[in-house]
Amino acid sequence: MRQLSRRAALALGAGTAAVTLVGWRGGAWATPQAAGADIAKFTGGAVPEKGKITIELPEIAENGNTVPLSISVDAPMTDADYVSDVLVVAEGNPNPGVGTFHFTPMSGKAEASTRIRLATTQNIVVVAKTSSGKFYTAQKLVKVTIGGCGG
Amino acid sequence: MAETPKIRVPKTAKKGEVVEIKTLLPHIMESGQRKDKDGKTIPRKIINKFTAEFNGKPVFSATLEPAIAANPYMQFFAKVEESGTFKFSWTDDDGSVTTAEEKITVA
Repeated sequence: MRQLSRRAALALGAGTAAVTLVGWRGGAWATPQAAGADIAKFTGGAVPEKGKITIELPEIAENGNTVPLSISVDAPMTDADYVSDVLVVAEGNPNPGVGTFHFTPMSGKAEASTRIRLATTQNIVVVAKTSSGKFYTAQKLVKVTIGGCGG
Repeated sequence: MAETPKIRVPKTAKKGEVVEIKTLLPHIMESGQRKDKDGKTIPRKIINKFTAEFNGKPVFSATLEPAIAANPYMQFFAKVEESGTFKFSWTDDDGSVTTAEEKITVA
């Protein structure tokens, strides 16, 4: 069902973006639709293929203030074929954006780790862009016991 | 701004080796979502950009949002073909930039 709504968000494009903006001004939290709009912006509307990406996240995060996240993308990382950008969005945070990693052939591996904040139990969606303009995606559900965007 | 980043880069590597790099900058990463005790929103103040280059060429960079945890930690890799210097930079919302350098000897 979530998958469907993200596709719908991609299809709606600009309309969804406008709704997202209004929603954000109203103080509403990110939704799969808002995350989908971020992804659509990143891919320029292209629908990413599933696969190639491994997301490492704890199944249950006791403390949403600092959740370890590792992403690796299966790619040769040569001058001719490498992963250039990796977008990370969270479907249930106040804002969907988490970060974007930028790689070059000098990275050697399309792999990076950081620590993120998660407000609540939610899906983390990762989209990778290759130097040839292809997009891949993967997602993972994290259960969060104590949210990390305290107010 | 006065904070010193913690960086781990191997001292030596073989030519063509892919080495692991870890960095951490002590920083509050104020999300702009929190409120103080009077109910006023505490303004956002985060590191919004991290870059790593080797001998002047980009290796890795990241655009960071408030959903990155305090004391932003970055672990990534670099393929080294020659001895040289890694340069790292962290850009704050207030425009200040923290930089650091680490040397590696490639045999």
